[in-house]
Amino acid sequence: MYKTPCSRLTGLVGTSVSVNQKLLGKNAPRNSLSTRSFIQLSRRDPSQWITFQHLNFLRRQYVMRSSHALYQRAKPKQTASLTHLEDHQDNSVIRKIQQVPTIDPGPVVATVLKPTSGQAVSPPPATVLPTAAEAGPEALEAPHVQMETDEVREARLERQWKELKVDLAELPDVYARLSKIKLTALVVVTAAAGFAMAPVPFDPTTFFLASLGTGLAACTANSINQYFEVPFDSNMNRTKNRPLVRGQISPLHAVGFALACGVSGISLLSLAVNPLTGALGALNIFLYTCCYTPLKRLSITNTWVGSLVGAIPPVMGWTAATGALDPGALLMGGFLYCWQFPHFNSLSWNLREDYSRGGYRMMSVTHPAMCKRVALRHSLGLVGVSGLGPVLDVTTWTFPLVSLPINLYISYLAFRFYQKGDRASARKLFFCSLWHLPMLLLLALTCKKSRTDPAGAAKTLSLAPAP
Amino acid sequence: MTLKTTVYFLRKSLCHDMRCISENVRRCCSNQPNKRDHSFKRSPFVPPADSKHDWIGPPHRLSNLRPIIYQIPENETELEKQLRILRQETEDWNHAFWTNQNITFNKSKEAFILSQLKEKGMTEKDEKGRKRSLHSEEMAVFYKHFLDENCIRHNNYNKEWYRRNFTITLLMGRVAFHKLWRMFAEKAG
Repeated sequence: MYKTPCSRLTGLVGTSVSVNQKLLGKNAPRNSLSTRSFIQLSRRDPSQWITFQHLNFLRRQYVMRSSHALYQRAKPKQTASLTHLEDHQDNSVIRKIQQVPTIDPGPVVATVLKPTSGQAVSPPPATVLPTAAEAGPEALEAPHVQMETDEVREARLERQWKELKVDLAELPDVYARLSKIKLTALVVVTAAAGFAMAPVPFDPTTFFLASLGTGLAACTANSINQYFEVPFDSNMNRTKNRPLVRGQISPLHAVGFALACGVSGISLLSLAVNPLTGALGALNIFLYTCCYTPLKRLSITNTWVGSLVGAIPPVMGWTAATGALDPGALLMGGFLYCWQFPHFNSLSWNLREDYSRGGYRMMSVTHPAMCKRVALRHSLGLVGVSGLGPVLDVTTWTFPLVSLPINLYISYLAFRFYQKGDRASARKLFFCSLWHLPMLLLLALTCKKSRTDPAGAAKTLSLAPAP
Repeated sequence: MTLKTTVYFLRKSLCHDMRCISENVRRCCSNQPNKRDHSFKRSPFVPPADSKHDWIGPPHRLSNLRPIIYQIPENETELEKQLRILRQETEDWNHAFWTNQNITFNKSKEAFILSQLKEKGMTEKDEKGRKRSLHSEEMAVFYKHFLDENCIRHNNYNKEWYRRNFTITLLMGRVAFHKLWRMFAEKAG
């Protein structure tokens, strides 16, 4: 159903629950890598997603090595894949043109030939491929064939004009892409981890309501983010197929959807779970839409704000369970906060050109030394935060021990990144961060301190208002 | 590569670009909002006459933004006209900015690469005729410089974009509300 490759929600959930099983298989880490790479990329920010080349690399991995049923890609709709194909070809032609040093916008458009067709009908598949194929090699040949290429190109471009009306059949897909459903799913998983780690009896109803409310709040934040960033998304390869960029819905429609999700999500959290969780949800939406999104173009502090935004969902999960902002909640948030830096800094290292052209102010471009330093610092911080687990009575003493290997490994990769600062080390650190977080959360869950103090647990429960 | 040389080459190319940019901006933004600047970006596409909706096209090769052809309904109200004009104006303004941004970026990048290669004593193309490129760490100097130099321009664009986006969405809301009101009034009356 979704055009984008890699992972389904069930795949992700299945992965996070049975990570141990997957790690036993040789290809499993790669599968989880491909799966999570896409999701984690979505997590951060549209402009920070990998470039077309990287996506192709990941997609090839995913398609070739997929062995688990959960990871099988659904067959995309014919028209959707066609549009996707056309967009890719268009992009390659544009890139070829943009490689020419002297570009004069005037004369190029003036060579536009007579329109061949006024109808924007999806062309039959047979004509699309040969068109692209002949446009590609011909563009490199002698100038005397340029006219034909232009004609063919113009005809193809004319066919891509679409009527701006809402297609009800495509609406669920549009909403899914507008709300970045995979990123939302990841946020819900981290909130669920926070809920599961809370030292109270597991209440399935509250768990479900908290997850649903968090999911709706995340949908709101992601939709507003896309609403703000339409022209920037248009100029990045990975984000140029978003619904607002393609005009599948109007900006008003997107805002309406966001409001509907936001109002229902926050009300659900405030009324059906507890007001504290609702307040945290509202705060997170505000931080993401009104602080992080504009700050991306103003200052490098956006990364710290973004890390805070990522750290709040597990805190919300915990407060949904206990009703109080315990130190344990902050510990769960601390895991996510520290993890964000090696994850994002390494990802952004290889996207410096896109950021520069798009006008995004990221550490990797403006303060490269700081970027590497901060990634290393917070990777080492993960060791410290894991050590706080038994201190705060959240986990047993075995947790710092069993998590030490993976924490040391990511710190080692962060150190290599700090030393070398090249594309390879950045990529290695990024891919490590993708499996590191689920592993860490799973280990924490398995090392969760059992409730041996009924009095203490009762005291915590009595603080929570009745749902 | 010394900083002086880098700055020199960048200044040189950017001065030329600024002249191009100001020409283009003047050409584009001096037009009346409801006239189309055909030479700059309009494609020859004409939507069918019986269509009641706007039409959106493929991304423009320079700005990567998708042009929209707005349909003018028969009984267009003042509010709807205001919205259409604002959207068209914003689209043209956006297109001008991003075209210039992409062109400037690519030109500055080419100039930087050339100057760096000259410094190293290498030709633009290698023995096989392929264009040489620089190491990503060398390019990072250029990326940082480009961001720093265009900081104020980007900030101004951001502020203006947010303002226009809000205004358009608010207007759209008002238009939608008026349409609904009219529909209910007609049904009741």
